[in-house]
Amino acid sequence: MGSRGICDRVAVVGMGCTPFGEHWDSSTESMLVDATSAAIASAGVAIDDVDAFWLGTMGSGMTGMTLSSPLALDYKPVTRVENYCATGSEAIRNACYAVASGAYDMVMAVGVEKLKDSGYSGLVVPGPANDGTSTAASAPAKFSYLVPAYAEKYGVDRAQIKEAMTRIAWKNHYNGARNPRAQFRKEVSLATIANSPIVAGDIGLFDCSGVSDGAAAAVIVRAEDALRYTDKPIYVKGLSFVAGPATGVRHADYDYTTFPEVVRSARDAYAQAGVTDPRAQLALAEVHDCFTPTEMVLMEDLGFSERGLAWKDVLAGTFDLTGELAVNPDGGLKSFGHPVGASGLRMLFECFLQLRHEAPAERTVRAIAEGGRNLALTHNLGGAPGRCVSFVGVFGSERTT
Amino acid sequence: MRITSYGVYVPPWRIHRETIGRALGVRAGTGARAVAAHDEDTTSLGVEAARKALVGTAVRDLELWFATTAPAYADKTNAVGAHAALSLDGDCAAYDVVGSVRSGFGALRAAADAAHAGRAALAVLSDIRTGLPGSPDEVNGGDAAAAFVFSPGDPPIATQLAAASVSREFLDRWRVPGEIASHVWEERFGETAYVPLAQQAVQRALAQACLEPSAIDHLVVAGPHVRATSAVTGKLGVGMQAVVDNLADRIGVPGAAQVGVLLAAALDRAGPDQVICVLALADGADCLLLRTTDALASRAGMPTVEEQLAGWSRALSYHMFTSWRGVLRNTPPRRPDPDRPAAPPSLRSMRWKFAFEASRCTACGTRHLPPERVCMICRAIDQMTVEPLADATGVVATFTVDRLAYSAPGVPLIAAVVDFDGGGRYACELTDVDPDEIRIGMPVEMTFRRFYTVDGVHDYFWKARPLRTSRARSAAA
Repeated sequence: MGSRGICDRVAVVGMGCTPFGEHWDSSTESMLVDATSAAIASAGVAIDDVDAFWLGTMGSGMTGMTLSSPLALDYKPVTRVENYCATGSEAIRNACYAVASGAYDMVMAVGVEKLKDSGYSGLVVPGPANDGTSTAASAPAKFSYLVPAYAEKYGVDRAQIKEAMTRIAWKNHYNGARNPRAQFRKEVSLATIANSPIVAGDIGLFDCSGVSDGAAAAVIVRAEDALRYTDKPIYVKGLSFVAGPATGVRHADYDYTTFPEVVRSARDAYAQAGVTDPRAQLALAEVHDCFTPTEMVLMEDLGFSERGLAWKDVLAGTFDLTGELAVNPDGGLKSFGHPVGASGLRMLFECFLQLRHEAPAERTVRAIAEGGRNLALTHNLGGAPGRCVSFVGVFGSERTT
Repeated sequence: MRITSYGVYVPPWRIHRETIGRALGVRAGTGARAVAAHDEDTTSLGVEAARKALVGTAVRDLELWFATTAPAYADKTNAVGAHAALSLDGDCAAYDVVGSVRSGFGALRAAADAAHAGRAALAVLSDIRTGLPGSPDEVNGGDAAAAFVFSPGDPPIATQLAAASVSREFLDRWRVPGEIASHVWEERFGETAYVPLAQQAVQRALAQACLEPSAIDHLVVAGPHVRATSAVTGKLGVGMQAVVDNLADRIGVPGAAQVGVLLAAALDRAGPDQVICVLALADGADCLLLRTTDALASRAGMPTVEEQLAGWSRALSYHMFTSWRGVLRNTPPRRPDPDRPAAPPSLRSMRWKFAFEASRCTACGTRHLPPERVCMICRAIDQMTVEPLADATGVVATFTVDRLAYSAPGVPLIAAVVDFDGGGRYACELTDVDPDEIRIGMPVEMTFRRFYTVDGVHDYFWKARPLRTSRARSAAA
């Protein structure tokens, strides 16, 4: 029972990623053309070489024709995938399984989201007809539940947590300032972050990820075929996804200081990948920093920090570019915004660059620069504390089996 | 008329008349008026009063008569929404008596008559009074609700001695449906029209009961015409010590609910075997003479109107007041409107949405909010019993002040995860609360509210609020 995984059975051989930002002059279709063209160029193949497609988008289009039409695909299968903020990673996961199954030789995972055209602030998620009893609390409000609960459980002053939150935003902006694809490419001072207007609870404006448009794509083949396309393939080590039972919002056992869904998916992905000490083994981690307290708690749920101590590790610089384990070296959702369907693929794109030693020197993580580590992690969560989905992927530049 | 129980709800928000005067640059008098919260309407106010009236009453097969001048819906029975929120027996009738101040007295009579015919009944009088900026109604109106239970099987706390009504057609106040504010005639005319009608009604009632005015121990005079009620009070031959404070200085004149609120205040202060005279002036005069009974002593410990007015209260700015009532339109948020609640899911979940009834797994005892088919702990399927939680209390597990979500001016949306005493958790909104007073572990209780209105559909559901009532004191003890 459980997952067997597909460790080292498939590989990413080419990727493309558009800049993320307010693309007033670029449509969903146009971003899809940009991302997929870059991906096939990166792999050195033609679009007709791709046998099947998985397209992740939360709300920028329905059906696979969102992709097949703008690319004028030749009657190819395109599966449209949605799983909240893990949508892009779900496209990757299912595309990988299709190759591992033997059904296809070459597939593409694509993610896209066009958020800025709505004219609204934040994410707008249309839901099914309902009875009007769901809470109207905003996403930052639901994630801000973490702060007082964490403070209460570990006896940490909320001001100290705020300091750690500020440090996370500062770090991710620092990294994003070194990334030409980021939406926000400026360092932001600790004071500016700490004093930004409060949005919900202790979460200020600069504790929130931005809203942007973007697209990214990956070409995936069988591991044994990978070297035909590139001498630096990135192998899939572990892929795990869980949809939580949503008991956290309904049962007092849950204390709002952790995401059990993340713990479960990390455990599964690590088992598949043979990771036993993620903090020591991973070269970098791209995690879902939708709001700064989320990233802080994820450090514990992903096994990077001891329970109740993530805030200290954050303040100690453990997760900086130059730290023991760089987290969000590309700038994260904080610098990229969160075009939902694209984010998971954007994270994989950074792993692809870093593991292939193609990231610019100024944001190459310490573990890659010094050598010795060749694993990277991507993580998404969708929903809110107590009720969410979680994806954890582990990728590596060395094939071990 | 045999009253067996009663309850009053005055919302905790106030606007001081000096605040109105300052905002408009006029003299608006002194004192304050009660203001329904931004998430209240006459239905939710009425539900709150009825819940208080039903404390300690096991009877649920109650016929419901709902009176207001400001119905939340037209062409849809508001009494049925209140009936659902109170989880009353589905086999009972529920009727609106809406449109004018006089409806309040009418609902009392209708419910009393139902009980006289053998059917237990509940009268709910609820009102929200709004006027155009600068109008007397804006300054002198008030928002409140009162509810009275008439249960043939329970001992009455007050019984009817006599009743007399006079109806007279004249222009005192009026409003064409669709208008947000009423028109009033020049007020000295109304005073001269009302006073003789009032005297006539009281004299006839006293004659029926074979009583002299001096026998009246408590006199209630209600009516939106301030000069008329004031003038009548001194002309009935009743001693001033018998006059029950009309609360106009503290809550204003709450329209159709006023007669109920003041009758409740009279019952609060009355001893057994005393005579209460209730006089209501609206498009004529209605007079009721009641005698209290020994059963009134059973009310000891129930919160009085005075205690309620002395409880937690907050003053509004004029901007908040006018925005909450829709008199002032503010710019909408840069977010899409919430979905209109859909009819089929709202019916399927009626007991959850309107009555806050959850479920409990009979296999392992786990409570589920909202009710579910599969137990989240033992996964037993369809082994659930209904678990009414409207009167349950709980504590805050974690919370947030949400300054992004749309909320009424002056009050950010406050959300909290509530762990209920006896099990079960629900993340919901907090209302009638200061953002600064919320703490993990703070005790809360539930209250029925109107969340928003889209396409003319009011979204009713429950929120939590800090436990401030006598329940808090007894729970803390």
